[in-house]
Amino acid sequence: MTKFALNDEDVVVIVGSGAGGGTMAHELSRRGHKVVLFEAGKRQSLASFSQNPGEAFGQLTWLEPRTQSGTWDPVKNSPTMPAWHCRTVGGTTVHWTAATPRLRPYEMKARTTYGDVPGTSLADWPIEHAELKRWYRVAEKRMGVTRRNGNPGMPASNNFKVMYAGARRLGYKRVHTNFLAINSRARDDRSFCIQQGFCVQGCKTGAKWSTLYTEIPRAEATGKLDLRIGSFVTRIEHDASGRATGVVYRDAEGREQRQKARFICVAGNAIESARLLLLSESGRFPHGLANSSDQLGRNYCHHLTGFVWGIFDKPVSMWRGAVLAGVVEDENVFNPKRGFVGGYHLELCALDLPTLPLVGLRYGWGRDFASIIDNYRNMAGLLINGEDMPRPGNRITLSKTVKDPHGLPVAHINCEEHPNDIALRTHALNQGRRIYEAVGAKRTLFSETPPATHQMGTARMSVDPGQGVTDPYGRCHDVPNLFISDGSLHTTAGAANPTLTIVSLVLRQADYISREIAANRL
Amino acid sequence: MPTDLSLDRRQFVQGVSGAIGGVIGAMSPLAALVPSRAWAVEMRVLTNAQAATLAAMIHTIAPHDGLDEAAYALVVGALDKDAAASPEAGRQMTAGLASLGVEFQQAVEAERVRRLQAIESSGFFQSVRLKTVLVLYSNPIAWAHFGYQGEAFSKGGYLFRGFNDLKWLPEVPPAASGPEPQ
Repeated sequence: MTKFALNDEDVVVIVGSGAGGGTMAHELSRRGHKVVLFEAGKRQSLASFSQNPGEAFGQLTWLEPRTQSGTWDPVKNSPTMPAWHCRTVGGTTVHWTAATPRLRPYEMKARTTYGDVPGTSLADWPIEHAELKRWYRVAEKRMGVTRRNGNPGMPASNNFKVMYAGARRLGYKRVHTNFLAINSRARDDRSFCIQQGFCVQGCKTGAKWSTLYTEIPRAEATGKLDLRIGSFVTRIEHDASGRATGVVYRDAEGREQRQKARFICVAGNAIESARLLLLSESGRFPHGLANSSDQLGRNYCHHLTGFVWGIFDKPVSMWRGAVLAGVVEDENVFNPKRGFVGGYHLELCALDLPTLPLVGLRYGWGRDFASIIDNYRNMAGLLINGEDMPRPGNRITLSKTVKDPHGLPVAHINCEEHPNDIALRTHALNQGRRIYEAVGAKRTLFSETPPATHQMGTARMSVDPGQGVTDPYGRCHDVPNLFISDGSLHTTAGAANPTLTIVSLVLRQADYISREIAANRL
Repeated sequence: MPTDLSLDRRQFVQGVSGAIGGVIGAMSPLAALVPSRAWAVEMRVLTNAQAATLAAMIHTIAPHDGLDEAAYALVVGALDKDAAASPEAGRQMTAGLASLGVEFQQAVEAERVRRLQAIESSGFFQSVRLKTVLVLYSNPIAWAHFGYQGEAFSKGGYLFRGFNDLKWLPEVPPAASGPEPQ
């Protein structure tokens, strides 16, 4: 086990071991740089993943509370848990469902394409789609994405057969078993998918890409990675010139420690990354580290989501098979005739018992509620995933009322729905319903908005230091040796599940970092 | 002797609290799942009368005809455990059940629904509803009843166990499930 000294000023510190941090740790360590990777959670393995849904939830999830305000459903239906992500080695790549669509060119020009939408902070990405596409290809090869690079697609499950038949009857053309970072055949020293349907509990065959058993062990094998588990970074420190000097953290025994650093990559997910920079306020940065733009924590995006269920006369058994192995892409277009800007995906989805009645159904009880569960084996399901509007007031701040076990304020999330959000969600849910009605559903159901699984935009990239926290490489405008390496960078949300874009941006950022190091600029 | 001690304890416990029990029907699919068809859930703080009222409430919240009583008893047992663990939860449970009264469990379903609608916004009702959803739908008795097969890793996944056995709709063409057409 590689260990670097606390006072080693030559190490790179990475905060968070998920899609962004785990990938960055591999990229830098394989190039010979010394890396200290901090992970607040514990380390699980294929063998230790629980197959009891409730137990797995406790094993993997970030359970510390958040506070909330605003108008979206989770304020009421999940007051202390507006977001569902992981706190474990591998981060949210341990429980993700591995959908890996790309952003489309129009989405990266959101301000230009959509025009001036009042009440939003829409902006164009400071990167061309053609450049990101180069890195998408690299990431897709790394992650083994299905239906890309000749990788076979997932076979069609029962749940997808229903989606496919209904979507085709509605005239949709781009309907397939999705782009998934799940091995459809054995590759990369990992098994193939055996259609367990337990993606969210941790993939016990390792067919699903997760930094836990791909990037991180490969980084460890270089001898250049010092992974500190159960270690929670509480503050980033800087010197008089405004350069970051290291981090303060609580180690696995709860002792406060200081780790020096040459430069720092923050990848704690868009909520915790913003919180860490806000907690790192100082005389020089009174509103949070690297926040002279006042954009830190703002423009929080989470995608517009919700479940649609169809109940049929005949069995579907939707729980069998890879959870998100299906997509309708036709609505991921710019078409303001629908009454809104931005697009959405309809993605195959299933929930287990008891998760279905806990988060997938509207509040209810009695005969009608029970009759839905009685029909569990005859249900088909999908999830809408649409672009939400960035708004300056939709933001992460520090809670004034609740503190974590270290005595630090937890994240507070304010989220006000924009009229465009409501129009898009309504359209998407209704199209989902029509898919099931087209193949004879006797009843269809919508959920409320569940806790957010995609966190984006809280340290967005911009060329202008006044408009965003980081430059187009994710390097903080105010602190030249501080990088953001997760979904916080998303300038806008698009409709693509964010992980592929996070990994692609981090691969690009690592390439940039090594060039900057070679040129003595970092 | 251990046996006597446990007998004593049970008699003592029954002095202040109750137990609910039953027999799983011979024709039930559960008969193959359980070691013994006779079952019992011993109460920590609830009396037999309180447990019966609570069971009637849970049945009204989640009425599933044919779902074995043992599944409902698991929810009663979980709520009894909560009431034993926290004085506040215990007081809320006792007061809530008292407000429903002894006649609640004898009332017809429509009347029980009306009674629960009247207290729907109470912490008592909401905690019983949430516990019902959490416990009633997350045990092998319920899974067998609803046809949910649960985890499959231990059985090799669903790859050869019906993940694509749906026959009432057309098969998906290879272009929509194979490699992306170039």
